[in-house]
Amino acid sequence: MNQEPADGSIVVCPDGPLIVRGDFEIVTPSGDLLPRQRKTVALCRCGASAIKPYCDGTHKLIGFRTEYPIDSAQGTKSQP
Amino acid sequence: MKIPEPRGPISAGLLGILAGEPGGDPVAQTSLEQLVTGQLPLVEDIVDDGDVQLALLCLYELHYGGLDGVDDRWEWNPGLIRIRQLLEEPFEHALRASAELAVPESDRVPSAAAPDSDGVAALLFGLAQADNGPSLSRYVAKKATLEQLGEFLIHKSIYQLKEADPHTWAIPRLAGRAKAALVEIQADEYGGGRPDRMHSALFARTMRGLGLDDRYGCYVDTVPAISLASVNMMSLFGLNRRLRGAIAGHLAIYEMTSSRPNQLYGSGFRRHGFDAHVTGYFDEHVEADAVHEQIAGRDLAGGLVETEPGLLADVLFGATAVLAIDARLTVHIMDAWENGRSSLRTGLPTAA
Repeated sequence: MNQEPADGSIVVCPDGPLIVRGDFEIVTPSGDLLPRQRKTVALCRCGASAIKPYCDGTHKLIGFRTEYPIDSAQGTKSQP
Repeated sequence: MKIPEPRGPISAGLLGILAGEPGGDPVAQTSLEQLVTGQLPLVEDIVDDGDVQLALLCLYELHYGGLDGVDDRWEWNPGLIRIRQLLEEPFEHALRASAELAVPESDRVPSAAAPDSDGVAALLFGLAQADNGPSLSRYVAKKATLEQLGEFLIHKSIYQLKEADPHTWAIPRLAGRAKAALVEIQADEYGGGRPDRMHSALFARTMRGLGLDDRYGCYVDTVPAISLASVNMMSLFGLNRRLRGAIAGHLAIYEMTSSRPNQLYGSGFRRHGFDAHVTGYFDEHVEADAVHEQIAGRDLAGGLVETEPGLLADVLFGATAVLAIDARLTVHIMDAWENGRSSLRTGLPTAA
């Protein structure tokens, strides 16, 4: 499949956070913007971060493991 | 940066030459080269040699912000580049030996084909995880006195007031995914377009909060050789294209060993009653470096190795050298503090 690169991407990091890059907003359920200091963010996936929704690296201390390895060979490589 | 006090014959000779015009005193330059050649075999431990480390710092500084009153043309003076190379060669050799001692290359570098970018990131995360040196951050969080917090900032100030600059040298030496990754990290380091959010500016604010002088290089005379060596290592890796693997590994491991320690540093300063104005630098790094460690491990270091598999060993060398040298700095500081001494070389300079 030949697809145009999307406006944003979410990188699913093995044993780590979701890196979100591109054009997006992070909002509360009622739509208010959450404080955000940078363009590309890491969102907590292990549940143990002290600064949720952002990652603070705690996944490394608790030995968080994602359930199955991300096998890039099975996916379609996005356009750079 | 203001001109530091010489720490021995090499730095004295160098600063003497820098006071003049480039090419103004060829005899003095030749005799400095002879002096360096004669002195180097006498240096027992170049990483902890104040004279050599200060000379290197000054030579590198010509490529950064420069030295007060020194003619900018010295930067590319062939005689000084020659001196720098004479000093860099044994320094790099010592760094490789320290890295080898910390984690032997046979344990560091997989014998099979070079891993893909996820594999490189996993190797680097593994090195960071296995680092079990003494923890300065736990001490700062729990025990450090106000005076020790100041010392901690003074050691860090040699680099942090130009934070990110040594890695920026690598940008034009990289291509594609690795370059895009480095630029993304560096843009964040430099505040994403907001000068007040630059990490160096946040660090300066923290220093001012403790009543310290935040002028770049103000405390060079105050810190021991090992603090200078830690910064010179970055300049060595950053300014030599052939070591682009090492600077990528250096940045990756810096990012990977940062979030948790910065959380603890922040706690240490809050314990002494400092608010977000002072702890902002540390709080920022908890969040930023959790992003950067992923990008630096996978896209910068991993992307570089996928393009140039032959650089894997240098990526891992750069990463291991950081752990080895910064562990020495930590041991120096903790040994002083636990024995009731100052970890600094001299007392604080009197305020200007």
